Amino acid sequence: MSTVRVLAGTRKGAFILTSDGKREKWDVSGPHFAGWEIYHVKGSPVNPDRLYASQSSGWFGQMVQRSDDGGKTWAPVDNKFVYEGVAGTHQWYDGTPHPWEFKRVWHFEPSPTDADTVYAGIEDAAIFKTTDGGASWNELAGLRKHGSGPKWQPGAGGMCLHTIIPDPHDPLRLFIAISAAGAFRTDDGGETWKPINRGLVSNMIPDGTAEVGHCVHRIALHKSNPNRLYMQKHWDVMRSDNAGDSWTEVSGNLPTDFGFVIDVHAHEPETIYVVPIKSDSLHFPPDGKLRVFRSRSGGNEWEPLTKGLPQSDCYVNVLREAMAVDSMDECGVYFGTTGGQIYASADSGDSWNPIMRDLPPVLSVEVQTLA
Amino acid sequence: MMVRLVLPAHLRTIAQVSGEVTLEVDEPITLRRVLDALEARYPALQGTIRDHVTKERRAFLRFFACSEDWSHESPDANLPAAIASGAEPLLVVGAIAGG
Repeated sequence: MSTVRVLAGTRKGAFILTSDGKREKWDVSGPHFAGWEIYHVKGSPVNPDRLYASQSSGWFGQMVQRSDDGGKTWAPVDNKFVYEGVAGTHQWYDGTPHPWEFKRVWHFEPSPTDADTVYAGIEDAAIFKTTDGGASWNELAGLRKHGSGPKWQPGAGGMCLHTIIPDPHDPLRLFIAISAAGAFRTDDGGETWKPINRGLVSNMIPDGTAEVGHCVHRIALHKSNPNRLYMQKHWDVMRSDNAGDSWTEVSGNLPTDFGFVIDVHAHEPETIYVVPIKSDSLHFPPDGKLRVFRSRSGGNEWEPLTKGLPQSDCYVNVLREAMAVDSMDECGVYFGTTGGQIYASADSGDSWNPIMRDLPPVLSVEVQTLA
Repeated sequence: MMVRLVLPAHLRTIAQVSGEVTLEVDEPITLRRVLDALEARYPALQGTIRDHVTKERRAFLRFFACSEDWSHESPDANLPAAIASGAEPLLVVGAIAGG
């Protein structure tokens, strides 16, 4: 029988939840790294017991932890992220040049083909890679030096590279996203990159359709069709059918198109999920109702999913890294909140249950489906 | 010389030590030499007290020696004799910040 393992990063430690395929009863281990901010924990698709965790602290900086036994034990690996060459400057909030400075790792993306190869998305925005299981990290500097770097600027959460998606069919192609620079794609394994933001419209930058400067919150794709990308932008839910070369808005009948998360059903490439948030200044759901919205048509037409979710007096947020799906026959959907709940649905979103409800604010949720 | 060092709890966890750390440090006994010896003995602490490249103290950490704040002293200044002799420990302290 399959096992499902949820890897949750929170503001004060990591938690690992394990269940059988019914996904009704969950065993909890943690907090791991108690007291530290865990921005992300993710397992290798090649060796699911190989986990990488980003552990950071305002006092002590960045640690990178690796487990080879599914999170039972951990060991620190290299935490040195040094920009290649002269780091240069990007835009600060007030528009002045600001030196590039490493702050933390937001995202680890283990390679689909090699457990020792991992990409790291960091703040200030850059992508790093290890090919030795975390013993050393090197920047793929072509992204930061592609030419538009001096125009990039931080979003409210910092200038973070938060999304890294390898193309499941093309080992040389990667998609990444930065707040607030936008989405980029490499077709040569990270040597060169191009912005893929045509069609995005952002009212809070001087030229709303500029090549860079967009606050992309999350991108997702389905492994069966990596040319189709879904995006939750600061405002607007977007879709691309040509690997990001152009985007069209698919917000449709959503009550608000602001939000952070977006994800795709494991078996239905047209079925996507978002959690609408009222606005960028009110980081909580509209009307105090926590609702996941599902589209079965790749966007535009959305239905609210409410069964089991609080429908009054709910004012939590769902952060960009905090939604994931499992690959059980009946797809499970999971998300964590800033109120410390992790909600799970074992029926593609039709109904939900809190599988943990009193955690520190949840920063990230990943799910592994184990044989 | 044997120098005593007290680390914050989170760094003791990272280094997998309990209580004080005792380090053999060549004279002259300076902050830089003490931290070099600490990071050589416990490589996992590299980057947690001072920047990997610039070696500057992380903003929310302080160094106390013999009831005095050495955070803003030169890392190459001689530490007090009581630290150098091991009579008193050097304290690495997390600043009161955050939540």
